[in-house]
Amino acid sequence: MEYIDEFRNAELVKMLVGKISSMATKDVALMEVCGGHTWAIQKSGIPSLMPREVRLLSGPGCPVCVTGRKYIDQAVAYSRIKDVIITTFGDLIRVPGSTSSLNLEKSKGADIRIVYSILDALKIARENPSKKVIFLGIGFEATATSSAAGMLNACKENLRNFYLFSSHKIMPPAMEALIDEGIKINGYIAPGHVSAVTGSHIYDRFPEKYNVGCVISGFEPTDILQTIYMLLKQIREEKYRVEIQYKRVVRPEGNLKAKEIIEEVFSLRDDWWRGLGVLKNSGLGLCNKYASFDAEKMIAVEVEKTIEEKGCICGEILKGLKKPNECKLFGKACTPSNPVGSCMVSHEGACAAYYNFGR
Amino acid sequence: MCLGIPSKIISIDGDAAIVSVGGTEVEASLQLLNDVKVGDFVLLHTGFAIEKISDAEAKETLEILKKLSYINDDTDEAQKKQ
Repeated sequence: MEYIDEFRNAELVKMLVGKISSMATKDVALMEVCGGHTWAIQKSGIPSLMPREVRLLSGPGCPVCVTGRKYIDQAVAYSRIKDVIITTFGDLIRVPGSTSSLNLEKSKGADIRIVYSILDALKIARENPSKKVIFLGIGFEATATSSAAGMLNACKENLRNFYLFSSHKIMPPAMEALIDEGIKINGYIAPGHVSAVTGSHIYDRFPEKYNVGCVISGFEPTDILQTIYMLLKQIREEKYRVEIQYKRVVRPEGNLKAKEIIEEVFSLRDDWWRGLGVLKNSGLGLCNKYASFDAEKMIAVEVEKTIEEKGCICGEILKGLKKPNECKLFGKACTPSNPVGSCMVSHEGACAAYYNFGR
Repeated sequence: MCLGIPSKIISIDGDAAIVSVGGTEVEASLQLLNDVKVGDFVLLHTGFAIEKISDAEAKETLEILKKLSYINDDTDEAQKKQ
């Protein structure tokens, strides 16, 4: 078993689509909050297989999309400092800042390198001892774990020219903010890889406090369809709970070693989310113990005043209030090759996924 | 970024491993896991194996799906209401 094709079986997909149709007896809105799910759902055409009662919403699950312009502006400012190397995941490089982007700075000669992992960034720091190497840490609990592990390695090696610029965030506060804002969500398709790290208990408050079920889902078509079926069953039976569909990867207790590392390296702080504003204790900043690796504390920089994009409705799209094609810029002024808003940049963004697969 | 890829461990050297992703061999860190061995499948995420993939659970999920096709939800619901 390779754990991919088995979960793309056409017969199982057909069966699940039939089960979903018979289980859907009233109008419901189910939201996913993971960029991987956004992409997978559009790529496999799942919205077109849903009965009219089931509405699938894309939430604030794409790390690039929820990151503010201020962060991009600060990264741009760092990239303009002599002897600084910026290391970043590929999709962040094209996100427009207030007046520039990392891509534009790179074309002007800034040393900006795309990496797959913080481990590649550490290697660049080792190879360039006379340069300051900054890693742009964005993403939720799963990516934060890799940044935390990378920080432990940097500390162990005493790699004094390595810095993290963290915009890491945790998911539950955003999921709660959406419900508190009054957005109608009947169930959450909960993120698979975030939950592999955290376990399932971070969602306990949703059924308990809000009567909203959460099913932790895998990323293949039968995973997502089974998750939708499980959520519809909870809704029909009015028995809301946290369930794990993605049992081959996610355990209720999560990955204890990874959780320990996150707690060792990061502490919670208030953070800004596109569309949601500042959410209390929703961001992860480096603990004082790691302050000497913290770009924000160690590298002074002047950042331009943030100018928000005009006409872009990314904020409303990230809350599930609007679909990408309801934006007047969509597919015209804003395309994946020329994105105006962050949701069109990353392939995990709702607008890019809809542009590529959903139209 | 949320992308995780099932990968098979080919060799282990301390915390570092070579894993096969659909036939392509790449480096991966095993720093976040205990008790993994060559031949195990792990979920690779931004260079780190973040969890071991459970073969037993994968089979169980497929079994549940196969059984699901024989269950009539409408009948279940109707019986409960009676």
